[in-house]
Amino acid sequence: MKLTNINFIGNRNIALIFSSLLSIISIASLAVNGLQMGIDFTGGTLIEVGYQKAADLSVLRSTLDEAGFSDATVQNFGTAKDVLIRMKLQEGVSSADLSTKVLDAINKNTVTPASLRRVEFVGPQVGDDLTEDGFLALLYSTIGILIYVAWRFEWKFSLGAVIATFHDVIVTLGVFSVLGMEFDLTVLAAVLALIGYSLNDTIVVYDRIRESFLTLRNKTTEEMMNYSVNITLSRTIMTSLTVILVLVSLFFLGGEVIHGFSVVLLFGVFFGTYSSIFIASPVALMLGVSPADLMPPVKEGEHIDHLP
Amino acid sequence: MQNHFPLWKNSLVLIVFTIALVYALPNLYGEDPSVQVSSTKSEKMGQEKATQIESAIKTAGVAVKAFEFKGGRVLARLSNTDDQLKVADLLRDNVGGDYTVALNLAPTTPGWLQAIGADAMYLGLDLRGGVHFLLEVDMDAAVKQAEERYNDDIRLALRNEKIRYQSVAKDSGYIKVKLKAAEDKPQFLALLGKDFRALDVTEPLQAQDEVWLKVSVREEKEIKKFAVAQNMTTLRNRVNELGVAEPVIQQQGENRIMVQLPGVQDTTRAKEILGTTATLEYRLVDVEHDVQKAVEGHPPVGSRLYYEKNGQPILLNRQIIVTGDQIVDASSGMDQDGRAAVFISLNGVGAAKMGKLTQANIGKPMAVVFIEYKVDTRIINGEKVRHKEKVEKVISVATIQGVFSKRFQTTGLDSPQEARNLSLLLRAGALAAPVDIVEERTVGPSLGQDNIDKGFLSFIVGFVLVVLFMAVYYKLFGMIANFALAFNVVIVVAILSMLQATLTLPGIAGIILTVGMSVDANVLIFERVKEEIRNGNSPQTSIFIGYEKAFATILDSHVTNLVVAIVLFAFGTGSVKGFAVTLIIGILSSMFTAITGTRMVINWIYGDRRVEKLSI
Repeated sequence: MKLTNINFIGNRNIALIFSSLLSIISIASLAVNGLQMGIDFTGGTLIEVGYQKAADLSVLRSTLDEAGFSDATVQNFGTAKDVLIRMKLQEGVSSADLSTKVLDAINKNTVTPASLRRVEFVGPQVGDDLTEDGFLALLYSTIGILIYVAWRFEWKFSLGAVIATFHDVIVTLGVFSVLGMEFDLTVLAAVLALIGYSLNDTIVVYDRIRESFLTLRNKTTEEMMNYSVNITLSRTIMTSLTVILVLVSLFFLGGEVIHGFSVVLLFGVFFGTYSSIFIASPVALMLGVSPADLMPPVKEGEHIDHLP
Repeated sequence: MQNHFPLWKNSLVLIVFTIALVYALPNLYGEDPSVQVSSTKSEKMGQEKATQIESAIKTAGVAVKAFEFKGGRVLARLSNTDDQLKVADLLRDNVGGDYTVALNLAPTTPGWLQAIGADAMYLGLDLRGGVHFLLEVDMDAAVKQAEERYNDDIRLALRNEKIRYQSVAKDSGYIKVKLKAAEDKPQFLALLGKDFRALDVTEPLQAQDEVWLKVSVREEKEIKKFAVAQNMTTLRNRVNELGVAEPVIQQQGENRIMVQLPGVQDTTRAKEILGTTATLEYRLVDVEHDVQKAVEGHPPVGSRLYYEKNGQPILLNRQIIVTGDQIVDASSGMDQDGRAAVFISLNGVGAAKMGKLTQANIGKPMAVVFIEYKVDTRIINGEKVRHKEKVEKVISVATIQGVFSKRFQTTGLDSPQEARNLSLLLRAGALAAPVDIVEERTVGPSLGQDNIDKGFLSFIVGFVLVVLFMAVYYKLFGMIANFALAFNVVIVVAILSMLQATLTLPGIAGIILTVGMSVDANVLIFERVKEEIRNGNSPQTSIFIGYEKAFATILDSHVTNLVVAIVLFAFGTGSVKGFAVTLIIGILSSMFTAITGTRMVINWIYGDRRVEKLSI
């Protein structure tokens, strides 16, 4: 890749407007559609069964209806032979042995019984705990990163990094909400991994900006930043490509269970790469970062003596 | 001599590489479906029994791959799962109640690897199939039970000490004791100080003849701690009775217990066995008082109203002869008339009590009470309500024909299955407090294998794509990075195997993600080297400066990733934790392989000589 000289920082307003729009749309979608929360968080029962041949969903639905499980949602999972049955926590019904009853019901009248592939039952207490833990994980990782970046760089960079990362998370969640995919624990893990990745990308650019601040002379802050973004550009794109390669493999071959995970990371890596180029540095610049912030502290009164 | 590693650095890389290879090796070997037999008693299985089991399998005509007898347990390796099930069924009928038969997957790792402690990775339930339960211990019930016990004990102590009392009753959180006369109070207080130190004593001003007692906060804490510990022991016993190889039973948080049963498919039975708090009580039947009066709401003082299975009311003595905790062994079978029966053995205390009582009461009826707590959580009007029911039913009433003490049988159960379950529960001990299943995750064996296959395939494809990409873009340097990448995967697998950390499907995804991300360090270095060449530096200097300058950046970016992975580990549960573990190991080991590993190879190729051009 040739060394580029694109005026990323100078045209920051275009990127910032674009990102603001994306964020607003995402937040709107999150507010209106919300996230399709999985049973890990809401509590409930999920049963995956496998048939020898393609399953007839409408028959299955009516069977469940007759058996008194009218609120069950039935859908194919990955292939036509696999079926996913979801149930909410039910009022007045003991939850622990619900899965057994459902399996009995759907196998009662069929010639070829379905084989049980997976049962997940999450009680309301556990669902609440998992939600709380997930929220705390997001909070603590954000705080940990703020502290680390502030310590290694400076608070304006730290804030810039966190804003860029938040942008990635919000937009990715927005995409997830628009697609209506289910948000479960694995997806939450992917969101956290995305935070790590997006930050990693931003840090590399910041690192180069710091170096430029210390070595380049006779240039404005804006020019120094632009130079840094350009010189790390090939690395930014290369790394994103390798990660996208493995994610594509995971998306197509990793199976249905891991689908949400790879979707979050695919979009996340895309937005993470975008934001580390277009968002992270402009935000730090707008917060008023300057080479002086990163200069080694000079003892007071000392430099006066050295004036000519 | 810019690009030259000292001997120790080269050796270090090579030694780490070798160790990692050796410890990753067991994962290449498969597993044998096998059947494992072990003793449920404290004494271990002897050679004689082992030989007997071996010959039993041989006579059945099943081909056994290997037969091992080690550490008091027998392991029969078989060639396929059909044989495995066949042998397991055969042995279950054969070995008798003192032994459990469990299905297992035995690794085929060769002896020399096992000798140095090298094992294959520990697969999580989502990969090997099995059940995961999270049980919540009902702490309130534990405390309540203790209060009830104190209530009875105090009444008994008052009687023994001949202190006259009017009533002992539980009322608004207190055990309220009303004495006949206020002057007996000092004697009672002395008794409390001696035998009931765990109770907080209140002397109400308005009632001089009363003493109010409450379980102290410290005692309450003890009761709760004990309840969880006792429940874990009981659950462990029950799981052993079920015959599960490698079960995991762990406390989680203050009041939850996690139970993982790899390979178990029959979740209904597992739930039944784990969750129930069934026990037996033996009581004398009260024949002196009128049952009808009790039904109308006036039970006599020393008796309680029960119902038989057919709904018939019956009066039983309050005093319990023997409870479930005094039962040391129980087995199920048929009595002479072909009815399902449980054969019971009592411990010394229980036997003495039973002996004395039967001697004094020949010709009188005795009842067996079956007690079961049923707990489940229901949602009523959006509120979570823990619904708890103590089901007590009299399963048999029989006339005491003669004196018996240590061994006897109880009939009156509905089915052989019920008798079998009850005997199992009695053997394993009662739960100190009821438990409630708050989470269940079952993965069928077909899905587990599917997950392994899919995970492996996407790993291979992802890996090959990255390798091709790097080789095309960075040429020789790319190939060196690829070598480091493969090395990195070997290290991750080796460390996972050494730690015996659980590998889950998200964990595999973590390894795949590591493959994509760990080349980042090399990309950073190589881009920097290219930049230095562009700046007009010599190839040797460019390599040197490239590595030097990229290092700080790599460190910074990896640490941020690590912070997130550690938070994920701290808050994640189950499969997500598996993801965090592989991510953490991957991040750390990629620092080593991508920086030191590639540098070593580059030094070998380019170091110590004149170089005109780099293949980058």
